Parts: sequence; C-alpha cells; structure tokens
Amino acid sequence: MRLIAIYLTGLIFGVGISISGMANPAKVLNFFDIAGTWDPSLAFVMGGALVVTFIGYKLVFGRTAPIFDKQFHLPAKRSIDAPLVGGSALFGVGWGIAGFCPGGALPALGTGVTDVFIFTGALIVGLFLARGLQTLSTARKNATA
Amino acid sequence: MVTEFTPWMSLAGGALIGLAAVSLMWIAGRVFGATGILSGLTNPASRQDFTWRLVLLAGMVTGPAVVYLLSGQFPAVDVPVSTTMLIVGGLIVGVGVSYGGGCTSGHGVCGMARLSPRSIVATLTFMATTFVTVFVIRHVIGV
Repeated sequence: MRLIAIYLTGLIFGVGISISGMANPAKVLNFFDIAGTWDPSLAFVMGGALVVTFIGYKLVFGRTAPIFDKQFHLPAKRSIDAPLVGGSALFGVGWGIAGFCPGGALPALGTGVTDVFIFTGALIVGLFLARGLQTLSTARKNATA
Repeated sequence: MVTEFTPWMSLAGGALIGLAAVSLMWIAGRVFGATGILSGLTNPASRQDFTWRLVLLAGMVTGPAVVYLLSGQFPAVDVPVSTTMLIVGGLIVGVGVSYGGGCTSGHGVCGMARLSPRSIVATLTFMATTFVTVFVIRHVIGV
C-alpha cells in the first residue's frame, strides 16, 4: 500500500514535469535568456509548485506524523555555509550549460531520448566524484587534527 | 531556438509537482528532491531506503508514457546544446548538487515552501548563476 502510494506520487511528479516543460532543455534555457529568445513559462511552473506545496505542507505538518512513518524527515542543517552557496552556484553553472536539472532529467528518461541518458550518466558520475572529494577532504582533516 | 510560451500547461504542471511534493511528505514524511533520490539510490543507507526511492523513480520515469496515453504525444525534449556540453554540464550539476545538498525540486520547491533559509539562499544562488551562465554562453561566447 505504502509503495503503491509512493509510485503514484512519483507518477504525479513525472506527469507534472512532462507537461510543465521542465523536461525540455530548450524551454528551460529560454527562461534564463531574457536578452534573447525569452520564454517566461518556468516562472509559472515554480509559482504553481510553490503555492500548492506551501499550502499543502501547512496541512500535512498539522498532523503528528506521516501516514506510513513515525516521523517527518526534515533536513537538520541550519547553517548557511560555503558548501551550500558554492555547491548551489556550481549547480547553476551546470544547469546553464546543459539545460537539464536532476528533477527535469529523471522523468525525461521515460521519453527514451538518448541525450537524457547522456546527461543523467554524467550527473551520476558527478555525484560519485563529489562523494570521493568529500571523503578525501574529511580524511585530510582527520590526518591533520 | 524559440519555444512557445505555455502559461497554463506550465502552471498545471507546477501544481502537479507541488501535489507530488505534498503527497510524499504526507505519505512518507520525506522531502521530494531529485538530488536526494539519486544520492540515496547510488549510496543507500539500507535496503528499505533503496526500495522506496527506486519505486518513486519508477513513477517519475513512467510520467511521459502516461502523458502519451492521454494526449497521443510524448513530451518534447529539445536539446539545443552539444553532447560535450551535456556531459560537462551533467558533471558540474552532479558535483554542485552534492555540495549544495539539493536542486530545483529539493531546495527550490520543498525547501522554499518551508521557508527554509538554507533553501532560499541556495535557490537564489543557483538561479543567479544559471542566468549568468546562459548569458555568457549565448551572448558573450555566442554558442
């Protein structure tokens, strides 16, 4: 029951991404190209998503717990640090180069377009690369401490 | 490449994305972030942790097929950049979202809706650098 509900949730997201235009790099990049072939559609995606999530979260957090779990799993981190800002800045650079973000690319895999698989492959390599770098810097920190 | 302005479809799609975010929090108490889902799949804490993310991903990937069944058309995926740019961009996105702890879905939708200061800073930062990157590529370098 829990997994069926989770599957349907993923499906709603996938349909939303598909019809919104977030799976289409040409459209995504045009949102950021005010000086060129500007397409403001993405503002409507963000607006629609934010209004629904803002109101829906208020209702959900009124409950003591989720349906199939004992507690809500919310990020514990509070500090605004260099990895957050630097990582986000880097993400924007990559998004601007490729036109895909992770949430747009994953549902787009379902179209079978080869370019989506190429981007997603590189994205996964990037995740492992970051994990390696983080392990390395932790090890170095521990060695000097 | 010119794309058609689609305010209603984009608004409806955005609302569905929001509905999915709310649903996952309601069902499983989890943030709907594509970065978290992928990180969890490539480095799972436990088998259970892996399973729900895989099922969620399966739902996401079947989205275009459902759109096809309803409308007779797969959603457009027009890639106006080279394969090299896709690979370089993908690598940078992967490293960036790992350090930043999220992307457009996790920070931009879920975190912003919770008014999380971290997510607001992250979203403003990546929106700004994406604008600058697209400007530089299209109007300074002129690709």
